[in-house]
Amino acid sequence: MTQTAPPPAAPAAAPGDRRRRGRAATSLGAASGLGLGIALVWFSLLVLIPLTAVLVQASAGGWSTYWSILTNAQTVAALELTVGQAVLVTAVNVVIGTAIAWVLVRDHFPGKRVLEVVIDIPFALPTIVAGLVLLSLYGPSSPLGLNWANTQIAVFLAFLFVTLPFIVRTVEPVLIELEPEVEEAAASLGASRFTTFRMIILPSLAPAITSGAALSFARAISEYGSLVLLSGNLPYSTEVASVRILSFVEGDNLVDAAAVASILLLVALVVIVALDVLSRRVARYG
Amino acid sequence: MRRPTKARWVLRIVVVAYLFLLVIWPVALVAKATFAHGLGPVITALTEPEVVFAFELTISVAFWAVVLNTIFGVGISLLLVRYTFPGRRALNALVDLPLSVSPIVVGLALLLVYSGRTGWLGRTLESAGLQVIYAPPGIILATAFVSVPVVVREIVPVLHEIGTEQEQAARSLGASGLQTFLRITLPAIRWALLYGVVLSLARSLGEYGAVKIVSGGVAMRTQTATLLVEERYQQFGAANATTAYAAAFVLALLAVVALIIVTSLRPDKENS
Repeated sequence: MTQTAPPPAAPAAAPGDRRRRGRAATSLGAASGLGLGIALVWFSLLVLIPLTAVLVQASAGGWSTYWSILTNAQTVAALELTVGQAVLVTAVNVVIGTAIAWVLVRDHFPGKRVLEVVIDIPFALPTIVAGLVLLSLYGPSSPLGLNWANTQIAVFLAFLFVTLPFIVRTVEPVLIELEPEVEEAAASLGASRFTTFRMIILPSLAPAITSGAALSFARAISEYGSLVLLSGNLPYSTEVASVRILSFVEGDNLVDAAAVASILLLVALVVIVALDVLSRRVARYG
Repeated sequence: MRRPTKARWVLRIVVVAYLFLLVIWPVALVAKATFAHGLGPVITALTEPEVVFAFELTISVAFWAVVLNTIFGVGISLLLVRYTFPGRRALNALVDLPLSVSPIVVGLALLLVYSGRTGWLGRTLESAGLQVIYAPPGIILATAFVSVPVVVREIVPVLHEIGTEQEQAARSLGASGLQTFLRITLPAIRWALLYGVVLSLARSLGEYGAVKIVSGGVAMRTQTATLLVEERYQQFGAANATTAYAAAFVLALLAVVALIIVTSLRPDKENS
């Protein structure tokens, strides 16, 4: 009953011939309605109202101000770098993420469980520590003799690090569910391994790879913490969109900050909606 | 599988090498750098008053953020799974938003609403005596914001899976809403809830970008552990570097321990 009706409507329908049950349903409806209402208020105060404030602040100066902020040369450079590197990193992740998922599901060797933990480290590690971590191998004191700190390669590496788990974690469960019989059938009918992969496996994995790619793109364009120590945040060179926003905030220029932030917010929204549509199409929720 | 050996070996080596270069080796180097001069300097660094304060602040902030997220996360999950209402699909999508929004945007958003000087609600709260921005409440808000989806995403699939039959049975036998929740729903979701709590705790301890904007980062007042790592790393001198590495090492250790706990718990859930 309460499943199909909104919480406040449930008690109205309940009271009738059976008093005790009716009363129980009423108190349940009222109590849970209240609880759920509070949860919504909290979510609004925490997430929805602040994000709306960003959009309102961005539009405060009107369309022409908004446009002139976004076409500022330094902002354009930052946005180009961010989107360019995010696309590149996502492309790399599509290939290597799928390969990692494949190895974790289909291959068996000692130490595989350790790799499972390693995959999640970039997700759990504080981003500032992630920057420090990458700096140790790719910075000035690198044992490999590389010094990529303060270059665009550092931005690429930082994005690569923080987005590592996304495609692996979306592809893995699908790969586990995949029936090996279908592949065996294809092989027994003479399909080569590559054909089997392209015709049988890849189409089943495509939705998972797409959603993982969307998540990893969204994560990359919004990255900030791991770049602080690693990329030097040099304008026109290694300054990403988040850093640009932060320098506006620190200069107390909230309109400019909100304008650039609105772009990132918009991309995040597009990704979320696209994922929602995709998952509905795949699962056919209704 | 036919001819498994060659392609499989190549793939295995590529994957292991990639993970070694991107994650394993760099993490190991940080551990090595931390203990380059033995345990003594690390302990000295970690017992500095500023470091102790930063970790205490981080832990109390993370605790409150996790408490809030657990309570409201369960509430929002129940709302999403057990009820139909206009806007449910939108809410379902919006819950994931904090995962893909830049922490800097999160900080800016909270600043715009809760700043005591110009914020929509901040001025009212400030005149009522509650400072949010540049104070612990703001840090808690920023930390809770970024980990909202963690608890919800762990619980929602389990709620879908267990269905409503048991809950309806309990209710038809006269159990109140609270009794049904405590005796039927909560035991069913307890493992998912535990992962959610551990993961959001790990995330809360390490939040940096959003906290940087709303906290001000004043040592001994609003400087959390991640902010301390940044400040010390950028200052000159071996002592500061040691402190930065030691604090970073503790944060990394907490994150990895949380991960290992969750990874080793997962099979338990699948069996039960």
